[in-house]
Amino acid sequence: MPILEMAAKFGTYAVMAVILIFALGVVTLRNIFHCALCLAAALIGTAVLYVAFRAEYLAAIQILLYVGAVVTLIIFAIMLTEHLAGKTVRQNNSQSPLAIAGLLGFVALLTVVILKTPWPVTQTALKAKVSVMALGEALMGTYVFPFEVISIILIAALIGTVVIAKKDAPEERL
Amino acid sequence: MTKILEFIDSIFVAAKAWILCLLGHFLPAWIVVLVSITISGVVILCLGPVIMMYLTLLERKLIGRIQNRYGPNRVGIWGLLQPIADGIKMFTKEDIVPANADKVIHLLAPIAIVVPALMIFLVVPFGKGMTTVNLNIGLLYFIAVSSITILPIFMGSWASRNKYSLLGGMRTAAQMISYEIPMTLAVVPAIMMSQSLATNAIVLAQAGGHGLNWFIFTPWGIVGFIIFFLCATAECNRPPFDLPEAESELVAGFHTEYSGMKFALFYMAEYMNAFTLCGIAATLFLGGWQGPFLPSWLWFFGKTFILICVMIWFRGTFPRFRVDHLMAFAWKFLLPLTLINILLTALWQFTSNLAAWCGSILVLGISLWTLVKLNRTFVPEKRHYPLES
Repeated sequence: MPILEMAAKFGTYAVMAVILIFALGVVTLRNIFHCALCLAAALIGTAVLYVAFRAEYLAAIQILLYVGAVVTLIIFAIMLTEHLAGKTVRQNNSQSPLAIAGLLGFVALLTVVILKTPWPVTQTALKAKVSVMALGEALMGTYVFPFEVISIILIAALIGTVVIAKKDAPEERL
Repeated sequence: MTKILEFIDSIFVAAKAWILCLLGHFLPAWIVVLVSITISGVVILCLGPVIMMYLTLLERKLIGRIQNRYGPNRVGIWGLLQPIADGIKMFTKEDIVPANADKVIHLLAPIAIVVPALMIFLVVPFGKGMTTVNLNIGLLYFIAVSSITILPIFMGSWASRNKYSLLGGMRTAAQMISYEIPMTLAVVPAIMMSQSLATNAIVLAQAGGHGLNWFIFTPWGIVGFIIFFLCATAECNRPPFDLPEAESELVAGFHTEYSGMKFALFYMAEYMNAFTLCGIAATLFLGGWQGPFLPSWLWFFGKTFILICVMIWFRGTFPRFRVDHLMAFAWKFLLPLTLINILLTALWQFTSNLAAWCGSILVLGISLWTLVKLNRTFVPEKRHYPLES
C-alpha cells in the first residue's frame, strides 16, 4: 500500500512542523499562560510522533508524565504568581543575540555529528519490538538496583518537600 | 439456538466485515483500509453524542423520580425527543464572549475538551471483538488521555477572566490531580491479575464460571471497584464531588461565562466521560462483556448503564463535599487503602482459597477500621462557661 505509506510519511512531517511552530511559540509568546499551552501542544505532538513510530508505550507515558503532570504543575505555578491576570512579559533581553549565536553553533555541531554517524539499519534492529511485559521484566530483573535507587531518591525528595513546606512550629511565648 | 445467539452476539462485527467484503470486490486495498477506519470512526463519533443526549434525558427522568416529580414528558412520548429540542435550543442561543476574555483560548477550550472524551471511546471493549483499537497498552492510554482533561477546563476558566470561573478551574485542577492517583492505583490489581494492559485481555481474564468469573467477586476486586468508581465520579466532576461547578457557591464554576453551543460542548464532554469511565469500570471489575445467555454488547451496555444510574442516584442522594474533606478523603483514606489492596492482590495471586478469603477480609477490615479511626475529625470538647454572678 504505497499510497498509505506516503500519507503516513507526509503526516509525520506535518506533525514535526507543527511541533516546531508550537515550540517557537513557547519561547516567543508574551503571555506566560499561552506559553504553557504551547508547551502542552508541543509535548502532545511529540507523543503523536512516538505513536507514528510504533512506540505506543512511550507515547502514553509522555502524555501521562509531561502533559498530565509537568504542564499541570507549570499551570499551578502560574496560578500562584501575578501572571495569572494575563500580564505580558518580554521573553528576550540584551543577551539574545549571543544566545542565538551559541545556539547556531550548537545546531551546526549537531548537524555535523548526525551526518557523520553511520546509521546502520540491520534486520535485527528492524524486528526488535519491546513489549510492555519485557520492559517490566527488565525493570524487575536486570535493572532492579537502579530502579530501587530511583524509588528511594523519589521518596527522599517527597519527604524533603513536605519538610520544607511544613509550617514552622509556633514559637513559645515567653 | 446457540447459533442464533452467536449471530446476534457478533452482529455488528459481521455487518462491518460484510461491508468491507463488498467494497473489496471493486476497490483497491488501501481504500478498503481507509473505509474500515472511517466506519469505526463514524460509529464512535455518532455514538458519543447520541449517548450523551440520552444520558441527559435519563438523568433528568431519574432525578425527577427521586425528587417526586415526573421529569421531562412533553416532547414526544415519554419526553424522548427532549434531547433534540435541547440541541436546537443550544444551537440557536446567542454566543456571548466576555469583553475582556482571551478570545482564542475561550473558543479553543470547549473544542479541546471533547477530544480526549471521544478518544477514550477507542479502547472501550463494547463487545466480543468490538474494541475499536485493540491497543496492547489500552489501560495506560485511558489513564494518559483522561489526564489531559484538566487542561481544557483550566483554559476555559482562565480565558473567561471571571473570578468564579477561575476559582472553579483551580478547584478542578486540584481535585482531578488528587483523584487521579487513587484511580490509577485502584486499577493496578486488575492489571496484576490479568497480566496485561490491554482492555480486551482484561475482559478475557475474567472468562469462565458461566461468564460470571468477574473480578468484583473477590475481596480485592470489590475494594478496587468501589475506590475506582468513587474516583471516577470525582474525575468527571459529578455530585457529590461537583465542587468545580458548585452552583450555590460559584454560579456555575469553570463554565460560568459560556453559553449556547460552547456550553453544550462542556456538558457533552462531561457526560461522555461519565459513560466511558463507567464502561472502563465495568470492563475492569464487572467482567466487561462477559456474562451468561445474553449477547456480549448487551451485557456491556447493561452494566455500564447500571453504573451510570448509580452515579445519578449519588447525585440525587448525597450533599456536596467540603473542599478540605474532599482532599482529605482522596489523600488520607483512598490512597492508603489502594496500597493495601495492591498488597492483598499480590497475596491472592499465590493462594486463593477459603483461608485467603478470611485473611483478606480480616486485613481489609482492620485497615478500614484503622483508617477511619485515623481520619476522625477533631472535635474540640464542648466548653461550659457557667454564669456566675
